[in-house]
Amino acid sequence: MGVLTAEQSVTTRVRRKAWSPAKLAPLLWVGPAMLLIAVVVLWPVVIMIRTAFQHISPDGFILGSAGWKNFVYLWQEPDLPGILIRTVIWVVSIVACTMLISLVLSQLFNQKFPGRRAARWALIAPWAASVMMTSIVFRWALDANNGVINVFLNDIGVLHGYNNNASDWLGRPGSAFTWMIIVAIFVSIPFSTYALLAGLQGIPSDIYEAAKVDGASPWRTYRSITLPLLRPAFIVALLINVMNVFNSFPIIWEMTRGGPGHRTSTTTTFMYQLKQSYIGESAAMSVVNFGMVVIIVLIYLRVTVWGKDEAS
Amino acid sequence: MSTVLPAAQAGFAHLHEHKKPRRALPTRTLIFAGLAYLVAAFFLLPYIEMVISALRPQNQLLDRNYLPSHFDWYNFIDIWSTGFGNNLRISLEVAGGATVLVLLVAVPAAYYTARQRFRGRNAFLLLVLVTQMFQPTAMLVGLYREFLSFNMLDSVMALILVNAGFNMAFAVWILNAYVSAIPAELEEAAFIDGSSRIGALFRITLPLALPGVVTALIFTFISAWNEFIVALTLTTSPQTEPLTVTLNSYIGQYQVDWSHLFAGSVIATIPVIILFSLIEGKVVGGLTAGSIK
Repeated sequence: MGVLTAEQSVTTRVRRKAWSPAKLAPLLWVGPAMLLIAVVVLWPVVIMIRTAFQHISPDGFILGSAGWKNFVYLWQEPDLPGILIRTVIWVVSIVACTMLISLVLSQLFNQKFPGRRAARWALIAPWAASVMMTSIVFRWALDANNGVINVFLNDIGVLHGYNNNASDWLGRPGSAFTWMIIVAIFVSIPFSTYALLAGLQGIPSDIYEAAKVDGASPWRTYRSITLPLLRPAFIVALLINVMNVFNSFPIIWEMTRGGPGHRTSTTTTFMYQLKQSYIGESAAMSVVNFGMVVIIVLIYLRVTVWGKDEAS
Repeated sequence: MSTVLPAAQAGFAHLHEHKKPRRALPTRTLIFAGLAYLVAAFFLLPYIEMVISALRPQNQLLDRNYLPSHFDWYNFIDIWSTGFGNNLRISLEVAGGATVLVLLVAVPAAYYTARQRFRGRNAFLLLVLVTQMFQPTAMLVGLYREFLSFNMLDSVMALILVNAGFNMAFAVWILNAYVSAIPAELEEAAFIDGSSRIGALFRITLPLALPGVVTALIFTFISAWNEFIVALTLTTSPQTEPLTVTLNSYIGQYQVDWSHLFAGSVIATIPVIILFSLIEGKVVGGLTAGSIK
């Protein structure tokens, strides 16, 4: 229990003394939310884990228990090592670049200048819009025949001509994956910048005044005051990004469908592709992914809620 | 004259000194403003390109230029003949339904956890925080098989339930924060006047927490509206899928129906960006409140 006010502890005590229907009152208020969580979040996890150990025909009939077979098949997938490596690159590069760029941008958008509101408003567009639709625009803009990015790169002399190997960005696994990382960074920046902005605004201004009086240089002030005080906001934003990026599906799906072959897939898109024909193996992949998700959640809870005494 | 000059100069010097910080500021400010505008414009580019592509005349769709010779509204008229209106209606139903459901379950939960300390309160809040971190993508197979067994594939209700479940946490945090900030004495005054707890909630607390309610409402609506992978998994026919899945289906294996795709994207995206701007300042609070509290 956290801090209870005197009044509240009195009401708790009164309620505890008499076992009455009043004891069920919390359930009345919180119950519907718990029911929704149970049906939509918890039960699917149970089914998913069960499916991973079932033998299911492509048309959906349960043919019996499969033991660990689904995991063995998954392990034997020739594309799996590449997919795992790519997933690590995907998460690390996107989150690292996003957080670094957001640190700079939050500093910029924290300055006072005319039209700041409008500028901040423009920044939210990729956050508000569906990631899927942003990815479609990028796919179109990278079109080898007439994509506007290729038009621009031809204009500035980086590319020469259209419909050639160089302009077919999404046709080559390496360049396709790089572009998808760029798109993922693009759509992750707005939330991260806003989260860091909120952190910056929470730093009391008198600390900065004290630093100024002491004659600290701007860089020194940033390193010894801003960065340490920004740490909690930074870590929360970072972990939320790790979760979002790891589970990211629409970017890869809309731009390459994970192809050619599985050469631009991550574990998330691979899980979806498996689901079309081998649902048991797909469930096994999901269980692995879910294990990853649980680890991220535990780290998140460790550094946030459990890091400070208690949940409230 | 000459005797006056030094004094005047001194006076001006004094004035100058005062002005100096103000003069120095504008160049700095201008640089920051210029940079910020550039960044802002950069983040708008894909959506500008989306609008331009939607307005390209059919015969200029594949031209290699930044702007067509003129804009043509044909795509925005023609798209309705593809059954797009039906998918738009499904998206509205899913997003609207999810929003109503979220408010129905989150308002009482947020109110009660803000006002009362009870056994299991911390456990409940932890559960909400965990659901917020979870994403439907990770448990897609489970969701698919669950709704298959309920015989609820292709139903609007299934999409409402999933979207509500995964967006409820945001509403709980933001409403919890707003209710906590309203003094309980205001409600106690209503109790004395013979009002019930629910009466006080509706007459006193909710109206005061209205900005929080509106934020939760808009946020849930947009998330459900933009949701893609669950809808892709739980729907199987063009008649039952929401907008995002319809737009995805314009991308064929060998050909992409770009003109309908962009007209549809503009219709689905631009209103959402405008709506989001209304709550822009409050969203981070809702997304991180659970961890910071």
